[in-house]
Amino acid sequence: MHAIFLTILLSPLVGAIGAGVFGRWLGRTGSHRITIASVAVSAALSAYVFYLYVFAGAESYNATIYTWMISDGIRFEAGFLVDRLTATMMLVVTFVSLMVHINTIGYMEHEEGYERFFSYISLFTFSMLSLVMANNFLQLFFGWEAVGLVSYLLIGFYFKRESANQASLKAFLVNRVGDFGFLLGIALVVGYFGTLDYAEFFDGLAAHAGTSVMFGDTAIHMLTLMTMLLFVGAMGKSAQMPLHVWLPESMEGPTPISALIHAATMVTAGIFMVARLSPAYELAEGTLTFILLTGAFTALLMGLLGIVQTDIKRVVAYSTLSQLGYMVAALGVSAYAAGMFHVLTHAFFKALLFLAAGSVIIAMHHDQDIRNMGGLAKKMPITYAALLIGSLALIGFPGFSGFYSKDGILMAISEADSVAAQLAFVMLLVGVFVTAFYSFRMFFIVFHGKESDYVRTHDIHESPWVVTLPLIALAIPAVFFGGLFVEPILFGDMFADAITVAPEHNVLAKVAEHGTSALDMLLHGLMALPTWLALAGVALAWFLYIKRPELAPVLAQRFAGVHATLRHAYGFDRFNDIVFVQGTRRIGEFCSRVTDSKMIDGWVVNGTANAIAFLAAKGRYAQTGYLYHYAFVMIFSLMGLLAWALW
Amino acid sequence: MTQFPLLSALIWLPILSGLLVLMMRHQPNLAKQFALWSSVLVFILSLGLYTGFDNTTAQMQFVEQASWISAFNIQYFLGVDGLSMPLIILTTFTTVLAVWSAFDCIKERVEQYMAAFLMMNGIMIGVFSALDAILFYVFWEVLLIPMFLVIGQWGGQRRVYATIKFFLYTFFGSVFMLIAFLYMYSQIGSFSLLDFQAMPLGFTAQILIFLAFLIAFAVKIPMFPVHTWLPDAHVEAPTAGSVVLAAIMLKMGGYGFVRFSLPMTPDAANELDWLVISLSIIAIVYISVIAMVQKDMKKLVAYSSIAHMGFVTLGMFLLYGILRNTGEVQGAILGLEGAMIQMISHGLISAAMFLAIGVMYDRMHTRDISAYGGVVNTMPVFAVFVLLFAMANAGLPGTSGFVGEFMVILAAFKSNFWIALAAATTLILGAAYTLWMVKRVIFGDVVNHHVAELSDLNRREFAIMSILAVVVVALGFYPAPVMDIMHASVAHLVEQAMTSKLP
Repeated sequence: MHAIFLTILLSPLVGAIGAGVFGRWLGRTGSHRITIASVAVSAALSAYVFYLYVFAGAESYNATIYTWMISDGIRFEAGFLVDRLTATMMLVVTFVSLMVHINTIGYMEHEEGYERFFSYISLFTFSMLSLVMANNFLQLFFGWEAVGLVSYLLIGFYFKRESANQASLKAFLVNRVGDFGFLLGIALVVGYFGTLDYAEFFDGLAAHAGTSVMFGDTAIHMLTLMTMLLFVGAMGKSAQMPLHVWLPESMEGPTPISALIHAATMVTAGIFMVARLSPAYELAEGTLTFILLTGAFTALLMGLLGIVQTDIKRVVAYSTLSQLGYMVAALGVSAYAAGMFHVLTHAFFKALLFLAAGSVIIAMHHDQDIRNMGGLAKKMPITYAALLIGSLALIGFPGFSGFYSKDGILMAISEADSVAAQLAFVMLLVGVFVTAFYSFRMFFIVFHGKESDYVRTHDIHESPWVVTLPLIALAIPAVFFGGLFVEPILFGDMFADAITVAPEHNVLAKVAEHGTSALDMLLHGLMALPTWLALAGVALAWFLYIKRPELAPVLAQRFAGVHATLRHAYGFDRFNDIVFVQGTRRIGEFCSRVTDSKMIDGWVVNGTANAIAFLAAKGRYAQTGYLYHYAFVMIFSLMGLLAWALW
Repeated sequence: MTQFPLLSALIWLPILSGLLVLMMRHQPNLAKQFALWSSVLVFILSLGLYTGFDNTTAQMQFVEQASWISAFNIQYFLGVDGLSMPLIILTTFTTVLAVWSAFDCIKERVEQYMAAFLMMNGIMIGVFSALDAILFYVFWEVLLIPMFLVIGQWGGQRRVYATIKFFLYTFFGSVFMLIAFLYMYSQIGSFSLLDFQAMPLGFTAQILIFLAFLIAFAVKIPMFPVHTWLPDAHVEAPTAGSVVLAAIMLKMGGYGFVRFSLPMTPDAANELDWLVISLSIIAIVYISVIAMVQKDMKKLVAYSSIAHMGFVTLGMFLLYGILRNTGEVQGAILGLEGAMIQMISHGLISAAMFLAIGVMYDRMHTRDISAYGGVVNTMPVFAVFVLLFAMANAGLPGTSGFVGEFMVILAAFKSNFWIALAAATTLILGAAYTLWMVKRVIFGDVVNHHVAELSDLNRREFAIMSILAVVVVALGFYPAPVMDIMHASVAHLVEQAMTSKLP
């Protein structure tokens, strides 16, 4: 097995190095061939591993690849932990990555930096795989930062554009704020458990269930602090408020990577991490409540922002933020499996949505403003169908993948009996309506709205097969994956070897009482509120943008205050800019000019030099060179000395 | 002892070849080639230290001992352990790159320039291998002369101010160290560092000696508030001068702490560790914020060096806090080894950063960030290297820059949560100042015709950058070989630092 895992992990790295270093000689075709081949190898082997683990019942695999170093008795290692959770993530990552690789051939056809792009996305695949396959915190952190690096490179892919450079820097730094907490969390792990290894860490949990950290006289529950700090990392990577600000701007990157990194895989790393560390989170009630509320607020508030976006990718981006909120909220009620289930379904339908949006963008010659689109349904039927399927899955239309995963989350939260859970449940329900509304607002405007001048005057046609084939390939799981896997994942033991849930937290067990099969859920869902809220959202979107399109501007004007708040995304960016960016810069200017240059250098260093120069200049007068001066001084001194001696 | 005197060879071979190069007046090409190949030879010789090194012991190895000035019992006493050996290899390695990097940009008095670097090579090896205090002091001070000349002769506009500042600052610091040496000699009649380490010392004496050492080493590292000579010196120094300054000379201060302060005055270090730790935290936070607003690339990297060296001093002085906080020494080794690897890594990364700035300076003759923009358009290969080194500077896992910072933060937590928290801000601040500079210099559209006319790396530059890149990444993915050298010596050091020397 070890060799197989190593091949899965390293194959994309080989591809990345091939295209990156030798791209100049390989050329465009050579570069995409080598990277696609390398990722295809990974994907095929991942599928085999998935089969072995999920269907053939292979045992969880935990082994060291190599020892990075040993210091102070702590082993720093790279290693694999492969169980059914990992195997599933591996399959999703490599499959979506492969689709995105193929799609890129079409999307980047006329772009510069083609080889570089393929090299980056293969490097990303390697990084993400090393994150999900890790059996220790060191490798987790390596993967965590490496995907951040590639994300930075890809957001800034169009490096001539100032906005892209700004966005990439912002993404990296905001993620680093999260990593700051994450690293401190790892420091706690090492400090209290003396290991970086997951298994040893889990073994030590019971002994530390009641440990406190002392801050002066205040005792803080150690595991709560630790899990909270680790979750701060997740908030950065999985874009939870208030660290979400980088994700909308990450849309500066080319669309295929928005699909791969900023929708399907990297941004779900935080959820994966919490699920992987569920044994620890189960022992930290306070953190779980915090996670629940963070997720719920993100889900609702970010969804609302999707309503006012005019850039097709930004609509999808805000929907990603909102969906990440759903996943995180599920973690907060210990429904880790439900959160992970939504990660998986979301990976398929969101990658589909992004690639479909990318197809639209190709057709529109890289114009992303939905106001310039309209009436595209007939011109690009495959893209149209893909976007429709993606949207239906996203809003949780009964039978589609998203339906099962989202309903799983909602039912799990409704079963949790705390005030926070009730609040979160209401917010998430409203979120369902909002999701349906903004998704179909975009859908109707782009495909059914009145044709814009641009659409009328330009030749707009369906994208080539390299673009549409991945759409079809992703549409299949976006429809069927949920129904097929809902029972084993939510109610069965699919992730039982990876996820630990305390019996008193086990809300999914309560959900199971309503029936555990896909059909049960479907029947239950048809009668339940979320489905009707979603349909209401679609209906409202149809009414406002197809039936009575003149109403939308009127409403925007009527509620100008609300509209402006949403357009400015609640002012997070402005606040960060004034307080953190400009604030730090001001402090820096002050320290540089005043404390460093003026005080230390001006007063002390040069001051000393000047004082010496001054004394020397004065002292010089004592050395006049006239004999009678010296004689005079000598005689007076002698008299003084005598007087002192005789006294 | 019949063993080949490897350390002596490493010290005197470069110095002699330096003298030889001095004679190659009017033959700049010969001087260059000779300097390069002799520094390569020294590097290869220094690898003998690695291959012949015994990892299992903390004893001094490759020892050479002979009487020098017998009236004062001053000896020619050399030897290395796991703390100094990696620094020596770093020195010989960096010198090769420094010499090679100066091939095109130095046009005047080439032979003198080359000679200065060869001599510095030998002198620095002397600093790291001397086991006699006076011998150490002589190497330590003599090193100032060639560096003084390099900055003063081949430096920028304000080189006179910078050299005087550099010289007086560091000279001021080391005088205190000399007084401390003389005091300890007066007590035991020996200048051997090993005897200094073993001798008992009263508390007051330890405090005074510790402070004397602190002044000397703090200036060298440099630590806040005696750091202001470094940005000026770097800005004025020619590229290779900056490289040697940042990569090696700063490390001499850090080396001083582990060779002198901790083992010789452990009780004082225990008493005053808060002072060093506070100054280190200031270096990490305050200096990083200052780095952010620098307009000159070299100044920015100079400030970043101070911040990174803050991790070195922090890691070295965590052990007492860990003992007080947890009642055990687990974590002390982590901090010290983190500090040591941070020194190596910073040597590589700062060298790379200064070389990269030098590459741009050679073409544009300015270091102003605002004069650049969109360099990636005309120098794509160069941009890749800059990005890699910038990421290493920001401590990205997979590069050597991560290893030390990670270890020190882990160790800091064992001592005090808030220290770890303050140190971890480097994750944000380090990335902010480094990548913001990269964004303004490398990315964007071409801003002016000077940038538009830039040519990408030539073969020599490419080779230098590649070598550094390979080492930085290799250490990031596999630091174990370097760690293994240090284990025994660091464990021994912790034992010394934890054993009271009060009589």
